Amino acid sequence: MGILSPTITRYPGTARGGGPVAPPNGGGGDHRNGGGSPNFGDRLRRARLGLAVGLTPIIMLFVSFTSAYIVRQGLPTLDEKTNQYVRDWLPVSLPWILLGINTALLLVSSVTMELTRRHITREAALAPVKSIPGVSLGDEKSFPWLALTTVLGLLFLFGQWMAWSELEARGFFIATSASSSFVYLLTGMHALHLLGGIVALLYAGATSLLKKPIETRRIVIDIAAWYWHFMALLWIYIFALLNFAR
Amino acid sequence: MATTHTVHAHAAPQGFIRRYVFSLDHKVIGLQYYFLALSAVFVGMFLSLLMRIHLIWPNAQLPLIGAIKPETYLALLTMHGTIMVFFVLTTAPQSGFGNYFLPIQIGAPDMAFPVLNMLSFWTTLLAYIVMLAAFFVTGGAPLHGWTGYAPLSALPSAGPGEQLGADLWVTSIAIFCLASLMGALNFITTVLDLRAKGMTLMRMPLTVWSWFVTAILGLLAFGVLLSAGILLLLDRNVGTSFYVPLVVVNGQVMGHKGGSPLLWQHLFWFFGHPEVYIAILPGMGVASQLLSTFSRKPIFGYRAMVYAILGIGLLGFMVWGHHMFMSGMSPYSAFAFSLMTMSIGVPSAIKTFNWLGTLWGGRIRLYTPMLFAIGFVSLFVSGGLSGPFLAQPVLDIPLHDTYFVVGHFHLIMGVAAIFGMFAGTYYWFPKMFGRMMNETLGKWHFVITFIGTYCIFMPMHYLGMAGQTRRYSQFTEVAYQTKLLPLQTFMTYAAFVTIGAQLIFVINLFWSMKKGPKASDNPWEATTLEWTTATPPPHDNFGGHIPVVNHGPYEYSVPGAPRDFTMQTDPATATAH
Repeated sequence: MGILSPTITRYPGTARGGGPVAPPNGGGGDHRNGGGSPNFGDRLRRARLGLAVGLTPIIMLFVSFTSAYIVRQGLPTLDEKTNQYVRDWLPVSLPWILLGINTALLLVSSVTMELTRRHITREAALAPVKSIPGVSLGDEKSFPWLALTTVLGLLFLFGQWMAWSELEARGFFIATSASSSFVYLLTGMHALHLLGGIVALLYAGATSLLKKPIETRRIVIDIAAWYWHFMALLWIYIFALLNFAR
Repeated sequence: MATTHTVHAHAAPQGFIRRYVFSLDHKVIGLQYYFLALSAVFVGMFLSLLMRIHLIWPNAQLPLIGAIKPETYLALLTMHGTIMVFFVLTTAPQSGFGNYFLPIQIGAPDMAFPVLNMLSFWTTLLAYIVMLAAFFVTGGAPLHGWTGYAPLSALPSAGPGEQLGADLWVTSIAIFCLASLMGALNFITTVLDLRAKGMTLMRMPLTVWSWFVTAILGLLAFGVLLSAGILLLLDRNVGTSFYVPLVVVNGQVMGHKGGSPLLWQHLFWFFGHPEVYIAILPGMGVASQLLSTFSRKPIFGYRAMVYAILGIGLLGFMVWGHHMFMSGMSPYSAFAFSLMTMSIGVPSAIKTFNWLGTLWGGRIRLYTPMLFAIGFVSLFVSGGLSGPFLAQPVLDIPLHDTYFVVGHFHLIMGVAAIFGMFAGTYYWFPKMFGRMMNETLGKWHFVITFIGTYCIFMPMHYLGMAGQTRRYSQFTEVAYQTKLLPLQTFMTYAAFVTIGAQLIFVINLFWSMKKGPKASDNPWEATTLEWTTATPPPHDNFGGHIPVVNHGPYEYSVPGAPRDFTMQTDPATATAH
């Protein structure tokens, strides 16, 4: 699995990342608006901006689920037998220990992802130095943090799947009651988004395998990391919502 | 090394497929969106024609189709609304023109994320195909209207079109949401990050402001529609009860319990009202641009226009309840929603008066794009004035289910937005295709369309006040409604003529592409960046250099300037001598 961690030391395009050579397509030294090939910092900033914008609809998605959840909780239902409005909210008995373990797994994966991100940041910063002939920083073998994150993410998903099986064993299916529908909806949508995060992690691993330039790898890992942290945060939120608004 | 290329330094691709089909070039993608919308508008128009025929000749045997059944009428209604709102009004002005001209107008070589841009077009096309497929499955297209109110939309047994057809409908909407979100992400990042040197926010053309704010609206609204669609799919296929209460259909008790149909309405209209502005804001931008250019005057109150766009965008999220006055909401909520809705009149009036102020005393050049821009203002005022009526619960409750509402939203959201698209097409055609459109055909197209659309939609207001109900497939059985049939007949004939006039447009469009006179780089003597580059623009928009902006977007007839227009890239000293 060590193959997934970024260990490439070869650095193509030595002029980038602080080198003195001007970008090929002109731009008059004005990197920010120079068009052509913007420098690495600009690409990173643009990608981060795109991610921040892209997280907004995910927030909106879960905000609407939350509002539906809260409203439905307080809504009376017509009981056909007595012809009276009754409160039919049935609190789901969640497997708290299992969910707690899953939460821990996800939080640890967030830490390992941050280590991945910091490692590649340092590697990218040192890349120009390494490209100088005769300078060697030692062939350090790094721990495969990225692979570990992916495994932890998959373990979390497996844990969620176990939690769903446990819910079914306790008699809570998706259509059993409004409360169980929302439990499956919130956890399921989060799992789907997390799966997207795992795809991003695999892609980040692939950029390393395909020996993409370090700038590209760093941007991919940086974006994947922030998305991953967001997924952990989102899970904490869902966990709290299911706990406090049962 | 070649692999260090950046997102938008890609060289012009060779080969037909990479150049015109799976293109990363925002200009090609813009045109793809435009032609997708053009095909959709003809499908939607054809459906409306069938409805108009059925309304006055309910028993007519149409060739190939036969007689239209009442449920078929509802299916036509649903698909007409859905296709027009999503695949025309959302697609052409924003994704079509926005994709093509937003990067050029801010001096960028491409969108921020070209691959995402391509993906968003192909996702939209997929949504369109899924939507059209609803016509051809067992049971046909859904009956629940473009608003898809539950529980009708949530119960497959509720009607013939509510089986697979309705599933396809919801799926298509969900896919469309994803596509729109990708597009909005790209637009916002591009505007924030890729503006050329000197292109400050307050030097952006009003078209760019409109596309930008529209993208923000889309980013916030489509996520909510997506969540509504997911819940609907679950209700339909998994047996959950988000929207469906205990209901009995045809004597059978459904398995659902405790859901709230109003939940759908809240989620839908939280998207649905901003959607109205998603459709109309780009048209406002185009109208502002054209009125200034063809009056040879700066836009009246540029900053006020920008703040009005922002104000409309903000208020648009606070008024969704005015679509739900009929739902039995608390009078206090109704009052609050009513008040917020009325207050949208303020930024709208600011825009209208600024347009009139721009025209005032200008040296007006009445080319076809200008005619359509003036037509836009006219329709915006006519359609907008009935808004404050409907914003009041006491008036909305009697008028809500009548033709008054149909007339209102068709004038302001449908026809006005379409006029914005026509104006944009005639204005930017030379830049897009390198040739001019025919002015005579364009003027005929304008005159017939302008009078024709008023003839179709103005009488609807009177019909509504007379109590003619909307969504009814025929009026021949109800005594008081039969008396209104002559007016309906008149509207149908007007629809025939107006739709016929659209053929003039299509002929003009395709004929001019091949045979129109060659256009210069700046045929309208306009100031914004797209007119500084070659016609049609090269792959990287400005041919290897990036423009530097020294002027605001609407510097027409500046005293002391050598010409009556100062282009945004002209040297800063140009106005000094």
